[in-house]
Amino acid sequence: MSSDISNSGHKPDGGSAPQSAPPLSKPKFWNDPKKRSLLFQILLLTALGFVFYTIIENTLTNLEQRGMTTGFDFLSREAGFGIAMSLIDYTEASSYGMTFIVGLLNTILIAVMGIIAATILGFILGVARLSDNWLIAKFSALYIEVFRNIPLLLQIFFWYYAVLRTLPAPRQSIEFLGSFLNNRGLIVPAPVPEDGFGLVIMGFFGAIVASWFIARWSRKRQELTGQQFPVILTSIGLIVGVPLLLFLFSGLPLGLDHPELKGFNFKGGITVIPELMALWLALSIYTAAFIAETVRAGILAVSHGQTEAATALGMSKAKTLRLIVIPQAMRVVIPPLTSQYLNLTKNSSLATAIGYPDLVNVFAGTTLNQTGQAIEVIAMTMAVYLTLSLLTSFFMNWYNARIQLTER
Amino acid sequence: MNHSHATDKLMVELRDLNKWYGEFHVLKNINLEVKQGEKIVICGPSGSGKSTMIRCINHLEEHQKGDIIVNDIPLNEDIKNIEAIRKDVGMVFQHFNLFPHLTVLENCVLAPIWVKKMPRKEAEAQAMELLERVKIPDQALKYPGQLSGGQQQRVAIARSLCMNPDVMLFDEPTSALDPEMIKEVLDVMIELANEGMTMLCVTHEMGFAKTVADRVIFMDGGQIVEENEPHEFFNNPQHERTQLFLSQILQH
Repeated sequence: MSSDISNSGHKPDGGSAPQSAPPLSKPKFWNDPKKRSLLFQILLLTALGFVFYTIIENTLTNLEQRGMTTGFDFLSREAGFGIAMSLIDYTEASSYGMTFIVGLLNTILIAVMGIIAATILGFILGVARLSDNWLIAKFSALYIEVFRNIPLLLQIFFWYYAVLRTLPAPRQSIEFLGSFLNNRGLIVPAPVPEDGFGLVIMGFFGAIVASWFIARWSRKRQELTGQQFPVILTSIGLIVGVPLLLFLFSGLPLGLDHPELKGFNFKGGITVIPELMALWLALSIYTAAFIAETVRAGILAVSHGQTEAATALGMSKAKTLRLIVIPQAMRVVIPPLTSQYLNLTKNSSLATAIGYPDLVNVFAGTTLNQTGQAIEVIAMTMAVYLTLSLLTSFFMNWYNARIQLTER
Repeated sequence: MNHSHATDKLMVELRDLNKWYGEFHVLKNINLEVKQGEKIVICGPSGSGKSTMIRCINHLEEHQKGDIIVNDIPLNEDIKNIEAIRKDVGMVFQHFNLFPHLTVLENCVLAPIWVKKMPRKEAEAQAMELLERVKIPDQALKYPGQLSGGQQQRVAIARSLCMNPDVMLFDEPTSALDPEMIKEVLDVMIELANEGMTMLCVTHEMGFAKTVADRVIFMDGGQIVEENEPHEFFNNPQHERTQLFLSQILQH
């Protein structure tokens, strides 16, 4: 039936006008939207091409005049400077290429830590702001208004200079659970696996597999008998409990490298530098305020009728929130949430201000100063942020597309 | 035409019900008894409190004075009582309020599974049976957004019935529908009435009231103004306000 219509219908190009109609006068080409649009696109492309050509040409000429070399050879040269924190082995004898890797890993570390903390905190605060409990709602509102409206850089300074830097010196460290907190950071005992620790690891993975089977079994049982099983709680119990029991019964096969005060500083253990702590606190707390507002907007966007329908069906408030409201709110929350993740990742470059050795500080800072390879260094740094951001967007868009509503 | 299913058991009882929205007195001393199997149609001008009244019955609205007793359970502060009443009382809304992120079938099995702890297989079988009854079993795997208004409202009725309610509340179920879809929804409601369901319907479908209702209630200004069996109500309204209302809606 539909093919009938399209066969007998009008052709869009107007070339096959009915014979009886008078010949149409051709419009002037600047009055034809298609031709006009084509013309503008050609003009724009030409202009862009000219601009880029000029920039590149200009740069090459300038570099040549100053006798500077271009290229990425500098990456294999020895860097000759130390970095305060590195996730991989790095010494002053390492190459500039390594400084790039160290900076990149440090940036990814703070971004991932920040995103996880900000998401958890943000969701809790967003739901809390809509709570019926007056105190909780007001507290959440106060938090959001305070942290959202103070510049991020100032908050980083606050945590770094006002909180962490004012901690006592190593000799007067605050001591708790074998860890030490002082103005050089948080020093915690480092775990050193001994014989038999493999069993604990195996127990851990075994528990994960078991949880998967329990989830399956529970779904089957629900289908047959209607009884529900606390899958999430049991899984958490298994994944924590099994390795813990194995650990206890195999005679605690984990040594601890306890930090010890030697001279003016601590030896051994793992040191979380105050720059990382300050940056992490500031980024998470600041971004959580925005995420909370996003979550609140998402929940408010779900019509009240949805809650009423669920309530009328006898569902409790918690179940309504979990099964009806949040899944629908997520559709509204995801796009702005993605923006917040991107913001956090890019804001992590403020690390430079307090000396956390992220990519901008180490690579676009020290390495750039020492090598003078501005174009290559800045291009690589920008490429990193662009790639990280695009990867995040890509993942979030994929997730968003998966949960979109089906309509017609 | 009418063959009443009413028994002697009281399903819903409202005693001296009063409700205020701030200063505004929405419901004034409402007294109403609905027997099991009885069908009540409630009409009246907008703002007369008819929706508010039936929304009080499953505690979507809180009342400030008076008693509500549903199926022998008093509606009070006790959350257990409120939950028990909600399990017994089904509700159909003007705007359907289907869950758009779930398929028709999921809409129907959600509450039985999570509230009644019914096995999924059983819940699905029951849902399919009810979707059959509202004549849309073939739409079970579609999403609400893919259905017409009339189909959505029929799904909403099936979803309520999945909880096996003893009482059904209808809050203007056909007011948001295109004229040609009203009939398919009313047909389902008439069938339900013929099976003996206790029903309270806020509606202006006077044809439906004449066919199905045991009693018609007219509300104005938060009060029950007149209450009678349909024949008398339409042919011999006692109050001036009722006469005016009926003359206005039956004119065309």
